[in-house]
Amino acid sequence: MSETDTRGTLLEVRDLSVFYGKVEALHGASIRLDEGSIVTVIGPNGAGKTTMLSAIMGVLPSVGEIRFRGAVEHSPEVETMVARGMNLVPEKRDLFGEMSVEDNLVLGAFQRYREGKRDHGTTLGEVFELFPRLQERRAQLAGTLSGGERQMLAVGRALMAKPRLLMLDEPSLGLAPLIVREIFRIISELRSRGVSILLVEQNARAALQVADYAYVLETGEITIEGPASELANDPRIIEAYLGLGGKHQDALAG
Amino acid sequence: MDLQIALILGQDGITNGAIYALLALALVLVFAVTRVIFIPQGEFVAYGALTLAMIENGFFPATMWLLLGAGVVVTLADGVSAIRAGQSRKVVGIAGVNLIYPLLLLALVWSLPLRDLPLAVQVLLTLLIVVPMGPMMYRLVYQPIADAPVLVLLIMSIAAHVAMVGLGLVFFGPEGYRTSPFSNARFEIGPMFVTGQTIWVILSSLVFIVALALFFSKTIYGKALRATAINPNGARLMGISPMLAGKLTFFLAALIGALSGVLISPITTIYYDTGFLIGLKGFVAAIIGGLSSYPIAAAGALMVGLLESFSSFWASAYKEVIVFTLVIPVLVWRSLTTHHMEEEE
Repeated sequence: MSETDTRGTLLEVRDLSVFYGKVEALHGASIRLDEGSIVTVIGPNGAGKTTMLSAIMGVLPSVGEIRFRGAVEHSPEVETMVARGMNLVPEKRDLFGEMSVEDNLVLGAFQRYREGKRDHGTTLGEVFELFPRLQERRAQLAGTLSGGERQMLAVGRALMAKPRLLMLDEPSLGLAPLIVREIFRIISELRSRGVSILLVEQNARAALQVADYAYVLETGEITIEGPASELANDPRIIEAYLGLGGKHQDALAG
Repeated sequence: MDLQIALILGQDGITNGAIYALLALALVLVFAVTRVIFIPQGEFVAYGALTLAMIENGFFPATMWLLLGAGVVVTLADGVSAIRAGQSRKVVGIAGVNLIYPLLLLALVWSLPLRDLPLAVQVLLTLLIVVPMGPMMYRLVYQPIADAPVLVLLIMSIAAHVAMVGLGLVFFGPEGYRTSPFSNARFEIGPMFVTGQTIWVILSSLVFIVALALFFSKTIYGKALRATAINPNGARLMGISPMLAGKLTFFLAALIGALSGVLISPITTIYYDTGFLIGLKGFVAAIIGGLSSYPIAAAGALMVGLLESFSSFWASAYKEVIVFTLVIPVLVWRSLTTHHMEEEE
């Protein structure tokens, strides 16, 4: 793998399947993500979206091929994927509640630190620039943060690893509408800083607005795919996920 | 009982309590990070004390063979899985730590005039031999079943404990040993005599506890261990592998164990199976802290030490009974005050 493969395919997943015992939660899913782009996977509850992200990251064992930055992995190890520049912000955030905001962030750079890249001081500054709120709360325990701040911390912690691919699992889940808007603003901001993003969302409207390309996952299978702007006008999507007369939602997502 | 006796007993209690505090901290740490109830903690105390005793008497320390043997097995196990995973470059590192290091140490121990070395060097050699067994033990005993329920891990702990006691009998024989004190100084403070060794024990324990606190609050590896204890999934996503955390934790636990053994062996005669009782008293203290609170565990350890020394004066036949009976009121109190937490998933 080389550091120089700037444009082109960053992640290519082929025929990825995940089993919980005998139950197949994900069935032969194939997705692709280009460098510098935002790709979203939308779908209803229980469609297998989280399962797919967990399998790509290596949290869950899987069958199929995961090509990341040119090298092929089969059912990878989490640590390997982190070391190669992939980072997952899980649905549950999984923060270190009894540690300070700053310690949470510093631990985000653990893998880099182990590799001898001890620049977490600079990265910390960049993250604080992106989330001034976290800087105000740097000494506070992560467990005492509000929902929105927790999500910012989870994203900030992932950014400390300077990932090439950031995977966000339901970043808007359980957040107030205005904070959802803030989160999506940050997602576009991240892209402009060169971070590629794989976004899993139930909030299809907001996700389609921010993404370049989109996949629809239903009962473990990819059913529809296409450029996000086209999908946003696809009657099937509008009926199932966007609904009519969503002016109010549009305003919030913008 | 007059003041003088009370002072002597108090001093004894605090000295032993300091050792129990170290062991209790290790037990809390190991449980928090790996969910292992580390019964063999006490064996590291005995191995530390008896290895030092052998070196002091000019014998070749038999624990060296255990280190070498465990190292060979770890090298084989990790080497094979690294080659299978196509990472044959890693084999060099694996063999370096688990095979070359014990061999070099073996050669060193073999060639040195053990009996004539200064005490500090003898202690250092002891630690160099005993401490690496901690991570190796994690690799061989616990890592293959790291996701097993706490009860299964406990059963493995008991197996490891029994095996280590048995090997201890083979290595050291049935006789007890007492090593020479770090210092023969005696101080008279008012009506009380304080020996140099007592001061050594208390100061070393304090220094080590402060060092541990700094490690956990200031260094990124210490924070990584705490993170693993708080949220293993989150830690894993940061690239902190449970394996690395486990090995680091067992390294610390073995270091604390061996160090405690070295500190306590000039005060008490240590037999191959003494470690178990010492470890259990540390465990009582850890239970007082609910296997989660370091400060309460340390305070509990002092209480255990004092209770032990005073009960040995009043009812020496029952001193162990009294100490271990302490667990019952503690458990009743804890079960009444803490809310039962369902396993979250």
